[in-house]
Amino acid sequence: MGSLKEVRSSIEEAYKKKLDRPRIIVGLGTCGMAAGGTKVMAAIETEVEKLGLDVDLDFTSCIGMCYAEPVVEMGLPGAASVVYGGVYPEDVAQLIESHMVNKTPVTDKAEIQISAGGATYEGIPVMEKSPYYEKQVRSVTSRLGRTNPERIEDYIATGGYAGLEKALTMEPQEIINQVKISGLRGRGGGGFPTGTKWQFVADAVGDKKYIVCNADEGDPGAFMDRSVLEGDPHAIMEGMMIAGYAIGANEGVIYCRAEYPLAIKRLNMAIAVAEEMGILGDNIMGTDFNFKLRIKAGAGAFVCGEETALLNSIEGKRGMPRVRPPFPAHKGLWQKPTCLNNVETFANIPFIVRNGGDWYASMGTEKSKGSKVFCLTGKINNTGLAEVPMGITLREVVFNIAGGIADGKKFKAVQSGGPSGGCLPAEQLDLPIDYDSLISGGAMMGSGGLVVMDEGTCMVDVAKFFLNFTQLESCGKCTPCREGTKRLLEILERICDGLGVPEDIDTLERLAKTIKTSALCALGQTAPNPVLTTLRYFRNEYEAHINEKRCPAGVCPELLTYAIVEDKCVGCGVCIKACPVGAITGEKKAAHTIDASKCVKCGACVPKCKFDAIVQA
Amino acid sequence: MAICKCTGEQVESPQDVQLMELLEHYREYDGALIPVLQGAQDIYGYLPGEVLETISKELKIPFSEVFGVVTFYSQFHLKPRGRNIIRVCLGTACHVRGGSKIFEGLKEILGVDNGGTTEDLRFTLESVACIGACGLAPVIMINDDTHGRLTNDGLDKILEQYE
Amino acid sequence: MSTVALTINGQEVTVPKGTRLLDAATGAGFFIPTFCHDENSPNYGGCRICVVEVKGARNLVASCCAEALDGMVVETESEAVVEARKTILELMLANHPVDCLTCDKAGDCRLQDYAFRYDVKAPTLGGERKDYEFDDSNPYINRDMNKCILCAKCVRTCQDVEERAVISLAYRGFNTKVAPALDGNLATSECVSCGRCVSVCPVGALTYKSLSGKTRSWEVAKEQVTCTWCDAGCQFDLLRKNGKAVGVVAKAPSEGRPLCLKGRLGLELRYNDEPMAPMIKKGDQYVEVSWAEALGLDEIIEKLK
Repeated sequence: MGSLKEVRSSIEEAYKKKLDRPRIIVGLGTCGMAAGGTKVMAAIETEVEKLGLDVDLDFTSCIGMCYAEPVVEMGLPGAASVVYGGVYPEDVAQLIESHMVNKTPVTDKAEIQISAGGATYEGIPVMEKSPYYEKQVRSVTSRLGRTNPERIEDYIATGGYAGLEKALTMEPQEIINQVKISGLRGRGGGGFPTGTKWQFVADAVGDKKYIVCNADEGDPGAFMDRSVLEGDPHAIMEGMMIAGYAIGANEGVIYCRAEYPLAIKRLNMAIAVAEEMGILGDNIMGTDFNFKLRIKAGAGAFVCGEETALLNSIEGKRGMPRVRPPFPAHKGLWQKPTCLNNVETFANIPFIVRNGGDWYASMGTEKSKGSKVFCLTGKINNTGLAEVPMGITLREVVFNIAGGIADGKKFKAVQSGGPSGGCLPAEQLDLPIDYDSLISGGAMMGSGGLVVMDEGTCMVDVAKFFLNFTQLESCGKCTPCREGTKRLLEILERICDGLGVPEDIDTLERLAKTIKTSALCALGQTAPNPVLTTLRYFRNEYEAHINEKRCPAGVCPELLTYAIVEDKCVGCGVCIKACPVGAITGEKKAAHTIDASKCVKCGACVPKCKFDAIVQA
Repeated sequence: MAICKCTGEQVESPQDVQLMELLEHYREYDGALIPVLQGAQDIYGYLPGEVLETISKELKIPFSEVFGVVTFYSQFHLKPRGRNIIRVCLGTACHVRGGSKIFEGLKEILGVDNGGTTEDLRFTLESVACIGACGLAPVIMINDDTHGRLTNDGLDKILEQYE
Repeated sequence: MSTVALTINGQEVTVPKGTRLLDAATGAGFFIPTFCHDENSPNYGGCRICVVEVKGARNLVASCCAEALDGMVVETESEAVVEARKTILELMLANHPVDCLTCDKAGDCRLQDYAFRYDVKAPTLGGERKDYEFDDSNPYINRDMNKCILCAKCVRTCQDVEERAVISLAYRGFNTKVAPALDGNLATSECVSCGRCVSVCPVGALTYKSLSGKTRSWEVAKEQVTCTWCDAGCQFDLLRKNGKAVGVVAKAPSEGRPLCLKGRLGLELRYNDEPMAPMIKKGDQYVEVSWAEALGLDEIIEKLK
């Protein structure tokens, strides 16, 4: 293919026509499917056929409102399209009849409406003004939930590959300069300036260079890379191609975790169609730039998110980190200079090339530019994906976008940065989100997972949970991480089991310090962070577990006791039957008692009591 | 029918033929070991010792190293597995929303422990750190299907869908 | 050759560019402990016992991997360094049998030496320990993986000889283990009993079976002998106890010197006052054979006939 320009206008025209047709679009990202989106799609097909409607059916990826899945969008020519949330097969008939046939939106199921020039409806918030999106910016996520990720036409019609087209007319160094001006920092967690990294690889001497995309998103509580991979695969490819042109590489590898089958499927489709169209392969868009791209599926090891471990894994070895230096920019894949960035970083590149580095740098804070995609999870009302400008405060994210704490409970902590990050308490809620202030608070940006915890969360239990994860995922190469995380975990388990001793806190701190300062790779060095931050902000909880054998949040089973309130117990005997270990005794119609020495704290008796006579303390 | 490159013997089982084709496909590929192991596990359902030995010989990678790689990655299995793989997410979000109760419930229904396979080879039960569907916690994945917002009461019904 | 000048423990040191910090420091007379560092396969950086403090660095630095750079200010025994080393030793000991009283390696064991130097007493950290079966299946080499500290020197030296590569790191995290294929024992593996692995093991995980329970490390005098079996010229130590030759052990293999069983057995026969009965593997079993057969002389004798 010569140039995209020739086909772009016809593609754009066809795309516009599509928007002038009656249409129903179902969100079919992994979360949409998990919530039952596929069944909803089937129900819609049946209904549309039954009524003989002239309606286009399509699907898209995750728009970000995970809390509202399954999500269905309905649009009529000349009118705003309405995004409905919580749509189940049984709702389909009524929705179609009302919206598509009678042209009356069902306001109580509508989440937002997207105007795109069309007339808006009363009583439904417009996307940009809706509580969930008002404080967001949509750049990297702009196509998510808006285009069909399996059609390259949708990508091109929305500005796709225009960045590559422009890049191919630029000097490679000028592209690197624009990335430097943009101030973009690595979105995988490290926060290393992307332009500087590209410069290193461009300057490195080597007959062959590689572009590697780290799509091994493994942090529990993080799924922004998955959402972009599934929702906008071409953007990542375009970013990698631009990087390849800029630094002089003609081969790229996407290392994607195997737990993301849909992402791998869509990437494969995207690569095949791009090759077919001459956007990928030899003589791209009629220039002499060649670029080859392949996918390498991970095999289940969190540590492969560490860049040198990832390179070993691509080479077919055990994913154990390498000693640095040499850095991958000098000796990376097959010992060749390698530019390694994560999904979100690459996905930002086409926008930066198209709009210029200055445009990107106008968003964000002094040292953290642009926008960042976060995953909001935990005990909040609106779980989902949110792209926000750097510098927004944690409070705005938790209370405005995420809609505050679920079930009217009190906020306790927010965990930022995955297992390597830290738990920040309410006092830190006004911290602006950027690389440096999160680190000063003891947490880190990480890849962008924000797990919100309420008052019912035990912070020692949380630390134990993260250490269990890092301990299981330690590669085993270096002593501090392999042996140290195991001992940290064992001590935390002991404390939660009520067997902690006062010296344990010192031992935890001593071990954590050695692991932090001496472990081989960043994963080991950051593994103690959950322990260190919970000790810093919630030390009293550790002390309560150790000294008073009490779990203030009422989470650690070994520290709970169950008792029967005499006044409330009518002696019905239901709890006696419910108890699997015979710990409850009592005469009929007289107050029962629980033998604490027999009780296994399973809690089975509590929901059985109709009189709320059994209490947990 | 295919010929094994190293022994010159004819291999006859359809799985062995597939393995030979797989090895042929990856012969000139840099870093072939992991994709070959993934392919072999798709063919056999797990990675029997003899298959690892064949892979070692064909790719000219020491047998001990092949074993080292297999045991490093949690995706690879040295023992037969169930027809349906249940992965219970115990990630952060699922953890705070009761994922471990779901896990306990499944253990009880299936009568197996973490990593265990039911006698009829119908199910293998595993825990997984995070499958990235945190907004729907607690979540499990059966084969490639994700089931979210679970309660213990609904588990039987979900399992019924898998033969 | 260009040089770099740095300060180590307050002392000005000048070394050729590209010198490792470890070598720069030890060359200047400072002590740095090492477990996993092996001159023949450097830059592993796994055990972390060799960490030092480099001014301006965010974390401690593994001196066995880091290059000495101009103007560096290095402390090899600062408070932070000593604390880290103590903790690392403590972590190793927490997962290691403390049977130094009867261990064949006592007196020649780095873990023991460093624990003494850094005053790390019997383990205080409780918790799970390795519990592997003792592997004495090979007639020449004993493997006690409970004593292994996972420095991986044995793995690297074995993999240096392409056709051997009998052992590898297997599993991961706390369960990481040095293992032959399928985690079998040494006898069922392709091991040729060359002893390379034994010669590099810094602790009591790999020892010579023939010497087990016979000598204490400080009772033997070592005399270097060179194998003349082939032209590689591998070096061995002849061990004498009370004047009597009790064994021949391989010295650390160097480049181009793969070590082999035949050579070592030949030296045993030549020097040892009470040579052991040679065993070789036939099929899946080790069987006792004549010296002529063990040394592969049968064929030669046959030809002479």
